[in-house]
Amino acid sequence: MLNEATLNIKEFLAQDEKKDLLRLLTAGSVDDGKSTLIGRLLFDSKKLYEDQLDALERDSKRVGNAGEEIDYALLLDGLKAEREQGITIDVAYRYFSTNKRKFIIADTPGHEQYTRNMITGGSTANLAIILVDARTGVITQTKRHTFIASLLGIKHVVLAVNKMDLVGYSEERYMEICKEYAIFAKELNVKNFYTFPLSALKGDNVVDRSKNTSWYKGECLLEFLEKVEISKDRNYDTLRYPVQYVNRPNLDFRGFCGKVSSGLVKKGDVIVALPSGKSSTVTGIHTYDGEVDKAFPPQSVTLTLADEIDISRGDMIVHQANQPVVTQSITAMLVWMDEKPLNKSTQFYLKHANNSTKALITSIRHRVDVNTLETSSVDSLELNAIASVEIHTVQPILVDKYQDLKDSGAFILIDPINHNTIAVGMISEAEAGSKAEFKSEGEVFTVNSNTELEIKTQELIANGRRPIVLIQEELGLSEEQLEKVIGCLSKQEFCVVLLDNLEQN
Amino acid sequence: MNEKVDYKISHLKELEAEAIHIIREVAAEFENPVMLYSIGKDSSVMVRLAEKAFAPGKVPFPLMHIDSKWKFKEMIEFRDQYAKEKNWDLIVHHNKEGFNSGIGPFSHGSKVHTDVMKTQALLDGLNKFGFDAAFGGARRDEEKSRAKERIFSFRDKNHQWDPKNQRPELWDIYNTKVHKGESIRVFPISNWTELDVWQYIRLENIPIVPLYFAKERLVIEQDGNLILVDDHRMPKELADTAEKRMVRFRTLGCYPLTGAVESNATSVEDIVEEMMTVKVSERTTRVIDFDQDGSMEQKKREGYF
Repeated sequence: MLNEATLNIKEFLAQDEKKDLLRLLTAGSVDDGKSTLIGRLLFDSKKLYEDQLDALERDSKRVGNAGEEIDYALLLDGLKAEREQGITIDVAYRYFSTNKRKFIIADTPGHEQYTRNMITGGSTANLAIILVDARTGVITQTKRHTFIASLLGIKHVVLAVNKMDLVGYSEERYMEICKEYAIFAKELNVKNFYTFPLSALKGDNVVDRSKNTSWYKGECLLEFLEKVEISKDRNYDTLRYPVQYVNRPNLDFRGFCGKVSSGLVKKGDVIVALPSGKSSTVTGIHTYDGEVDKAFPPQSVTLTLADEIDISRGDMIVHQANQPVVTQSITAMLVWMDEKPLNKSTQFYLKHANNSTKALITSIRHRVDVNTLETSSVDSLELNAIASVEIHTVQPILVDKYQDLKDSGAFILIDPINHNTIAVGMISEAEAGSKAEFKSEGEVFTVNSNTELEIKTQELIANGRRPIVLIQEELGLSEEQLEKVIGCLSKQEFCVVLLDNLEQN
Repeated sequence: MNEKVDYKISHLKELEAEAIHIIREVAAEFENPVMLYSIGKDSSVMVRLAEKAFAPGKVPFPLMHIDSKWKFKEMIEFRDQYAKEKNWDLIVHHNKEGFNSGIGPFSHGSKVHTDVMKTQALLDGLNKFGFDAAFGGARRDEEKSRAKERIFSFRDKNHQWDPKNQRPELWDIYNTKVHKGESIRVFPISNWTELDVWQYIRLENIPIVPLYFAKERLVIEQDGNLILVDDHRMPKELADTAEKRMVRFRTLGCYPLTGAVESNATSVEDIVEEMMTVKVSERTTRVIDFDQDGSMEQKKREGYF
């Protein structure tokens, strides 16, 4: 880095501090040479430190799969268990930089059972590199990866046709693969994709243009990664400012901390706080380094307002003219991420835009087969299943469609018992103002025996519910009084189990 | 859009914004969080980020330093002075039992010392105050097993990390749910590299322990490491071999376990220049990582950071 330019250290630092950041996802299997490609990017951009290389040579002799050559994959496969199995099993993050840009690579495995990991690694990516082996071309896995990239709304997709050395650097073969991919990409609405003929192992067209592909007139992969424009991918028109934390250091200061997830907020703007709908004016945008005139994504700032309106965590500050949908009923593409399949009677926590509420999956519209894109109707969802579902929430949430605004269209579902993140969702439709008849809270179950009572309450508790048990015999209420009591309870966050064993006695 | 605004944001500003968001999320969602403060450069950056997150207010949680009782003297001086100046709510915790039975790296070796005076002391400290979230300044580029750890990393009741059973972490929506006794370790500078940290220290004028800068210091050579003669607890036969050399430290920890490097770097700029030309990654000067292959992963599973 230093040696190629005649920069002194101060100039180097001045240049470095201005670089932007590109987050990229790599998808492909070990067989496609994905780890080799990443190793190559890291190695050739001179980021590998000497001692890491020493360790690498040591490791290669013991468990390497690459014969005499350095096994780049060993650099990346961090955890012991994985190294023993010779496969990457989770998401690993890698860092490198060039003179123009900093990069974060989310390295995720390509096997079908690990769709979960690709989704995890891809959620923050600006760009996805999808690897194919030039010998096998576009295969089922390629389609699956492209589908997931499109589902996540990754704006830039790169098809890396790797192992070109093994097909004699054939232009014909390369074009054939690109054409085949184009057909598929169109089906998935992937508008912009870029293709590169590579050999990661030999270094062709990765960081230097290759002499072996004289027919290829385009740039090499790294040149492309260095200059692909990403700052325009963010939305600067539609303000979404979910309040994350209310900062009250003293009586004179009441600041609303948050990240501008989209749009632009300026001092003097008239804003609306949702869900209350009350409006006010932005009197200041505060940071540790002083006040600023405007804030845009992904900045984290603190806003002060002219009026003392009640705003708390989970509320959202927006502009009057362009508001999110307030709803209790959404349709979303859901990715099931837990070993335990979906149980539709379980109430989950839904976390979305700094807000947490209980939610119930009310219906599975259809499941999408990630390999064929065919849809089918199913009753449950198991690990790695992707499906369109309808969800009702206990509290209203403030949402946008994921394809319009990622931050206010994405959510996670958390298991009420073990607290695992069991699914993630991307909102596709939201019905404005729909106050779903939310049956799960306020539901009333009548049982007739102690055994039934026990079974029912245990089932409810196992599903994260908070049953209140009424024993009619002991209450001695008239039917009318009982109805009133149940009515009151069901308006709160309780479900009621009524033990009605009077008739049996 | 009717006005031209440059929305480009530098990588450092983006990383800063990400860290602030993470730190605020913890303050909002947990009942009793703590920031673990190691006195090192990464900790210094993390504390500055916490100050940024809550300005003009005060950081709403305490800092805790786990003192192994074998830290460099200059580290402790720096800690006490800086904490006083900044009016931090600082907890210093150490393993009294271990200290009283004289556990130390010279007599017991690095493994026992680290286990008792660092890992155990940390777990005791977390249990004693009942913290449900603890910030750490670890970065993913430091070590292979860290590259795979989540930003919000779940720990069970025994503070154990299960690398095979990590919660999926998507977008910037963090799962903060824990049962009583369980906790989350949070790494707000996960995505920072060593260069990012130095660059940020330079731009923000963040004070760091002077040991990071080169100076003539009295050191001994042991298994290829240059160890500072920091106090009289170094065995005499070792201390007798000491000589003055121009050295600095790339990481800070327990003085008998932290090797110095020969260097003339006396400013942050010099350090970066040295870093870019002498490419030896920073953890090589930490003796503990070389105990056994995959040793950091093992320590992490047991509760170490």
